[in-house]
Amino acid sequence: MTMQTEKLLRIENLVLHFKTSKGSVRAVDDVNFDLDFNEAVVILGESGCGKSSLAKAILRLLPRNIQKYSGKVYLKGVDVMKYADEEFRKNVRWVEMSLVPQAAMNSLNPVLKVGEQVSEPMLIHGGVGKDEAMAQAKKMFQHVGVPEEFLHRYAFELSGGMRQRAAIAMALVTAPDLIILDEPTSALDVLTQANIFNVLKRIKHELQMSFILITHDIATSSELADTVAVMYAGQIVEVGDAERFFKQPLHPYSYKLMKSVPRLRGTEEPEFIAGQPPSLLNPPTGCRFKDRCPKRFDKCEQEPPVFMQDGRSVKCWLYA
Amino acid sequence: MANVEDNIKDVTQEIPVDASTLENVTLEGPLEAESDKGKPNEDVLMSVQDLHVWFELRRFGFGHAGYVHAVDGVNFDLHNGEAIAIVGESGCGKSSLMKTILGLYRPIKGQIVFQGKSLNDMTTRELKWYRSQVGYIQQDPYGAMAPFMNVERILEEPMLINGVRDKNERMARIRQAMTEVKMTPVEDFLPKFPHLLSGGQQQRIVIARAMILNPKMLVADEPVSMLDASVRVEILKLLFSLQKKHNLAVIYITHDLSTVRYFSRRIFVMYAGNAVEKARTDDLLRNPGHPYTTALLSGTSEPDANNAKTFKVVPPGEPPNLIKPPAGCRYHPRCPYMIKGLCDEQVPPDFQLEPEHLVACWLHK
Repeated sequence: MTMQTEKLLRIENLVLHFKTSKGSVRAVDDVNFDLDFNEAVVILGESGCGKSSLAKAILRLLPRNIQKYSGKVYLKGVDVMKYADEEFRKNVRWVEMSLVPQAAMNSLNPVLKVGEQVSEPMLIHGGVGKDEAMAQAKKMFQHVGVPEEFLHRYAFELSGGMRQRAAIAMALVTAPDLIILDEPTSALDVLTQANIFNVLKRIKHELQMSFILITHDIATSSELADTVAVMYAGQIVEVGDAERFFKQPLHPYSYKLMKSVPRLRGTEEPEFIAGQPPSLLNPPTGCRFKDRCPKRFDKCEQEPPVFMQDGRSVKCWLYA
Repeated sequence: MANVEDNIKDVTQEIPVDASTLENVTLEGPLEAESDKGKPNEDVLMSVQDLHVWFELRRFGFGHAGYVHAVDGVNFDLHNGEAIAIVGESGCGKSSLMKTILGLYRPIKGQIVFQGKSLNDMTTRELKWYRSQVGYIQQDPYGAMAPFMNVERILEEPMLINGVRDKNERMARIRQAMTEVKMTPVEDFLPKFPHLLSGGQQQRIVIARAMILNPKMLVADEPVSMLDASVRVEILKLLFSLQKKHNLAVIYITHDLSTVRYFSRRIFVMYAGNAVEKARTDDLLRNPGHPYTTALLSGTSEPDANNAKTFKVVPPGEPPNLIKPPAGCRYHPRCPYMIKGLCDEQVPPDFQLEPEHLVACWLHK
C-alpha cells in the first residue's frame, strides 16, 4: 500500500499561464508544495498574486484562454494531471477534493432550495437516490451547525453566515479528503468569521479533513493553519510550519507582510510595503520582490532557488 | 416574511407630511432656539441628538406593515478636529447613521445639528453648503468614481458644482490635493481613468476628492476594507496625517476593530440600531464594558499559531431582526450575563464607568 507513505497532495512545478491580448499572464509560475492527511495549509498572498488561479489549477476549473497548463498534481500518489477532463470530473473533482468558492454566500442558486443544492453533488457523484442524498445533506448541516429545517429554505432566507456554512456543507457532502477554501470569510462580520473558523476547526478534527485555505487575511488565517505558504507574483516564496512562521517569517516579503497587520493588542505601529507588486504580464527577472525589498543585494538579479532552512523552504538569496 | 425586504421603502421620503411640518414649524421661530442650543460649546462641530432613522415596510406596495428600526436613539457630539470610529456588524445601522449624517436620509425623530444649525431646518441651498463642508470617502473606490471621467475631471467636479469659477484656481487646488495624497508627479495621473489606477491609488483619488472643497469633516465608510493588507496601513496613515494637518473631524465607520486604535480618539460600538458603548479608544480596548464589545474584541484574530488549537468564544445566534427588535436590551437574547426580568424588559440607560466611557448595560447599574 502506497497510501500510508504517500502525502495526500503533492504539487510539482505547476504552471498556469493565461493568454491575453497583451501577452501571457503568468498567474501560477512553477509552484511546488505538498499537503498531508488532516493538514491545513494556508496560501497567503495579496490580490493579483495568483492564489485564486492556483486553486483553479489544482481543481482544473479553467477558463478558456489557457496558454500553458503543466506540472504534476499527485493525489494520494497518483498523478491526476494525466487524467482526461471527463475522468477528472468523475473521479477527482468533488469526489476527492471540493471547493468553497470565493464569495460562496452569493454562489448559491436563488431558485433552488438550499437542501437540493447541498445534496446535488451526492446525486451526481455518489450514485445514490434523492432521499439518501438528502439524509447525507442533513448530516452535513449538523456538522456545520445549520438547523435542519433550513434545508427547505431558499438562499435569500438565510443570513450571510448561514449561506457560507451551507456552501461548506455542499463541499463536505461527498466526503472528500480535501477542501479548497477560497477567501471563505472575507465578506463576513467579525463574529460570523470567528464562528465559521470554529466550524472549520471542528470538521477538521471530527472528519479528519484536509484544507487548502486561500486568503489575504493573515490574522484570521492563523485560526486554521498548520502550514503557511506565502505567494508573491505567481510564485511561492516561503513554506513553513505555522508555529514558527507567525513568530519569525523568513522571506523579507513575509516579514513585511506580517509587519503590516494592524493589531488589537501590543504597541507596535503597523508598517506598509512601499511600491506595488509587479505585473504578471512581464514579471521582472531575478527575484520578483527585489524592487520592494529592503534587503536587496547584487545576487537578487538572478532568480533565487528554493533554500531549505530547518525544514522550512524559502526562495531568497539571503538563505543561500 | 418572504418579500418583506423588497417592500422596504425609504420612509423618510415617503412621509412628506412629517418632514414638511417639521420644516414649517422650525422656519417660523425656533430656529434661534436651535442655534442657541448649539452655541454653549463652541468646540462642538456636529451634534447628533436622539436620532431615529426608521424605514417603513409596505405590504403590496401600500398599506403600512411596520418599521425597520435602523437607527434608534443615537446621541453624540463631535468636536472640531476629532476622529471617532463607529464600529458594528453589518445590519447594525451604522450605514443608515452615516447616510443620515450626510443628509441623504431624513431622520423620523431627533436631529443632527451642524455648527449650531439643524439639518432638518436647512434649505436646499444650505444643504448644498453643508455637503461641501462634509467630505465622503466611499468604501469601494472604483465604484465611487465615474468610469468615463479622468482623474482631473473627477477632482474638478465638486468645484464646478460648488461654483469655483476660476479654472486656474481649480487646477491649483487639484494639484495641491493630489500632492497631499501623494499622487505625484501630478501630471502623470491627471489624464488617467480610474481603471488604470491600482486600488490604493483609486482610494487616494477618492480621498483627494473628499478633501478638495476644504471640508470641516470627513465621513469615511470602511475606507480600507477593499484594499490589500500592505496598502491598508498606508491609506490609514495618510488619512491620519491629513486629519492632523487640517484639523479635520473624522467619522470612521468600520467593522474591523484592529484598525481603529491607530486612528480614532473615541469609539462607538453599535448593535441593532443602538450605540451600546461609547468610550475613548484605549479605555474601550483595555476595559470593555458591554458584553457585545467583549465578544467583538475576542472575535478579532491576531496572527498567532496558537489560534488553531483553541475555539473562539462566540455569542450564540445572530443580530436581531430590526422590524421587531427584542424588548429591553437588544443584546439580551445572546448575552451570557442576561438578568431575567430586567434585561429582557427594560431598556438600559447609559451608565458612566469613567469620564467619557458610557455603557448601555444593566451590569453596571
